[in-house]
Amino acid sequence: MSTRTVLSQADITRALTRISHEVLESNRGPDGLVVLGIPTRGVVLAERIGAQLSSISGVAVPTGSVDVTMYRDDLRRNPTRASQPTRLPDGGIDGATVVLVDDVLYSGRTIRAALDALSALGRPRAVRLAVLVDRGHRELPIRADFVGKNLPTSAAERIFVRLHGVDDDELVAIEGGADS
Amino acid sequence: MTTTHLIRAVETVDGTRTDVLVRDGVVVELGSGLSATGAEVIDADGLLALPGLVDLHTHLREPGGEGAETVLTGSRAAAAGGFTAVNAMANSSPVADTAGVVEQVQALGERAGYVTVRPIGAVTQGLEGRRLSEIGAMARSRAAVRVFSDDGHCVSDPLLMRRALEYVKGFGGVVAQHAQEPRLTEGAQMNEGALSAELGLGGWPAVAEESIIARDVLLADHVGARLHVCHVSTAGSVEVVRWAKARGIDVTAEVTPHHLLLTEDLVSSYDSRYKVNPPLRLAEDVEALRAALADGTIDIVATDHAPHTSEAKHCEWDAAANGMVGLESALSVVHRTMVETGLIGWADVARVLSVAPARIGQVEGHGRPLAVGEPAELTLYDRGVSRTFGTEHLAGRSRNSPFLGHTLPGQVVTTLHQGYATVRDGLVVDEREIADRAARVAAAAVLAAPEPAGAP
Amino acid sequence: MKHLLSTADLGRDDALRILDVAEDMADVSTRQVKKLPTLRGTTVVNLFYEDSTRTRISFEAAAKRLSADVINFAAKGSSVSKGESLKDTAQTLAAMGADGIVIRHPASGAPRVLADSGWVDAGIVNAGDGTHEHPTQALLDAFTMRRRVHGDASRGRDLDGLEVLIVGDILHSRVARSNAWLLRTLGAHVTVVAPPTLLPVDVSRLGVDVHYDLDEAIARVRPDVVMMLRIQQERMAEAFFPNAREYARSWGLGAARFRSLPPAALVMHPGPMNRGLEIGDDAADSPRSTVREQVGNGVAVRMAVLYLTLAGDREDSL
Repeated sequence: MSTRTVLSQADITRALTRISHEVLESNRGPDGLVVLGIPTRGVVLAERIGAQLSSISGVAVPTGSVDVTMYRDDLRRNPTRASQPTRLPDGGIDGATVVLVDDVLYSGRTIRAALDALSALGRPRAVRLAVLVDRGHRELPIRADFVGKNLPTSAAERIFVRLHGVDDDELVAIEGGADS
Repeated sequence: MTTTHLIRAVETVDGTRTDVLVRDGVVVELGSGLSATGAEVIDADGLLALPGLVDLHTHLREPGGEGAETVLTGSRAAAAGGFTAVNAMANSSPVADTAGVVEQVQALGERAGYVTVRPIGAVTQGLEGRRLSEIGAMARSRAAVRVFSDDGHCVSDPLLMRRALEYVKGFGGVVAQHAQEPRLTEGAQMNEGALSAELGLGGWPAVAEESIIARDVLLADHVGARLHVCHVSTAGSVEVVRWAKARGIDVTAEVTPHHLLLTEDLVSSYDSRYKVNPPLRLAEDVEALRAALADGTIDIVATDHAPHTSEAKHCEWDAAANGMVGLESALSVVHRTMVETGLIGWADVARVLSVAPARIGQVEGHGRPLAVGEPAELTLYDRGVSRTFGTEHLAGRSRNSPFLGHTLPGQVVTTLHQGYATVRDGLVVDEREIADRAARVAAAAVLAAPEPAGAP
Repeated sequence: MKHLLSTADLGRDDALRILDVAEDMADVSTRQVKKLPTLRGTTVVNLFYEDSTRTRISFEAAAKRLSADVINFAAKGSSVSKGESLKDTAQTLAAMGADGIVIRHPASGAPRVLADSGWVDAGIVNAGDGTHEHPTQALLDAFTMRRRVHGDASRGRDLDGLEVLIVGDILHSRVARSNAWLLRTLGAHVTVVAPPTLLPVDVSRLGVDVHYDLDEAIARVRPDVVMMLRIQQERMAEAFFPNAREYARSWGLGAARFRSLPPAALVMHPGPMNRGLEIGDDAADSPRSTVREQVGNGVAVRMAVLYLTLAGDREDSL
């Protein structure tokens, strides 16, 4: 089975920097922004984006995490998994512009669950979505506002994301191609 | 007219091979190369001839408990296991505490025709442990009761037990005690020990059995009476019986097949197939019981065959009834636990499963040696096969056997009773055929009986 | 996990998973919307053969916070008292489409019999069986201890090295048994204290040390946690000890004995308390008493248990 790297560590860093600039541009500045990552790797990305937003704009942008395990629509079809923490910043999310962050956007069901989770946590003014990789094959009408890299894939392929803080190295790779 | 049977080349318990000619229910010739015209020939090459087994402790449930077993179905189970006589315990409903009930049970057994049914009479009225039952009437009835037991319950009042031991002396009988001090076993569900503490089930301590046996052997000694101890289950009880016998006290004891094989670990599943009274105990107890059976401290194996309906067993442990069926598997379990381990030989098997129980229970015509002129109550057993014990091997009405799924050695091939086969080729013979033959035997006996004195 | 029947069979990883998920469940009750959609469409039946308003309400709250539908079945009797048999009740619940059954029963082993019977396909949670086990009580007790000891850093931690004293009617206590096994699995050391009449003859399978004297036990063990068990009125009639006064004097956590505890020792009680008998006001009302938070933690732990037994594909068995 072949594996090829499509984003190196340097590519990832550049992508996150670009996303951070795009967020600030679209929001016309840092006001009201709250960056929430979806565990596990989304949280790492959210912290980095939050740090970049803060350094570029000079204003502290709060970050946190929102766990979607309890809101998934495919629970009955899989073995139960342990949940992860949901940590909101002290100011909460009411009236904020929440930027949801995840590593890979695929069917869109994780994001749907995240929206449900957010609705139980408060009432944001708006929700935006930033992802490192969009691999297509949406099953729900969900789209990302900010994308690191568009990677058209076939369903037989697998995407691997590795990030420092969770993994030993940092890259995005695709495995497969032929049915294996 | 009964069939003539010619059993060819069967092995006897003392190791010799012989042919056996049976006519009208009596052994008429032994030797090799026998022949007889018109005889039903049974090729017994490789089979062992045992005297028909005698169970001193069976629950036939009728009258009152017919949902679990009847005298007929219990007799079939007995025949399947190689038994030709059973003693039926008195805890039926109504209790067998009058001549009427014991005569009824005996008559049902005669009509069924598979085995000789010898009813046991209750020691106390209604098994309540307060007043002696009509022991004399039962002894003098057609049922000629000689064994008396409140089994299921202990005769716990010491004074009453003394009186019972004394009273049955006058009728040549014996009291068979279910040893269980009730005050020490209130709410008991399983053997008391580390496992009962873990499982949260009420404990049945060994001392509740041992203390009653100790008291009873001393009472028997004091009043000069015979005592029989039912289903001994602990190493401590064995020691008490051994001590008593050494002092010359007239005590006999029995052990069940399940107490020779199974231990309390099985209870961890809370599967009430393993719920029995007295309960399954420890490996040390099993070892002590096997050694005691081998050295004669325990005289016999008795099944305590206790059938129960599925509703009575398929429920939570606390609510489940106590007991296991055991007639069909007894011989195989003794084979596995005592013969395959080298503890006893086949002559001893005959002794503990037939000769001695017949003697203790005064069951005439059973447990006899294989000799010319003796009644042909016989079991032909194939020692060489092995089977996975299943419900297809159960011949009674109930299915509560703890041995289902176990690999057990041996199989009963033929059982002969009163001159006819009750089991043929390993299968229990149809009940109408047996009832028919039994009726003929009974009619012939009436015709052959001498004229009553003073008849015109 | 398909069922939760006991802590004796609960491995360390599964136990920690329950406690960690319970942390997240506890957070839910601090939010605006105290509800998760996780068990929406699931039917949970509380099958209680014994009166217990507190435990039943706790399970009901847990199920409802996960959006499950709850049916309360107060069953009268068992085969013994000629009520409907366990088998018939189970088959009725199966026909009603129960996905989960929380069962409290006076017969030890009844949840195991139900789970193994094939009468019903639901996930079974043991809410207390006879004198055998009460696994969710032990789990909430462990959760409480962990939170008090490790605070916000509790996730993933066990109770390694913790010294726990359990005092009272060990013989009849399913709480004691479940705690003994779970605490041991989580690395704690358990000592039980009781008069000999209230201890099983052989405790070797419980993995605990034994003391008859409470003061001596406190001095020798220097416990981090003292768990007092309730003494039931019936026991006083059954010759287990002479009277309440003697029991309280020897095994009760009165004011003086409370002061002799190590300063940081926690005081726990599964409730309801007999104030003045096994526990005095000083102990019960001190900041070191966890009695009230045990109640709140109970809902979180039971939410975690219901989630882990009912939410997944349930092909995986414990």
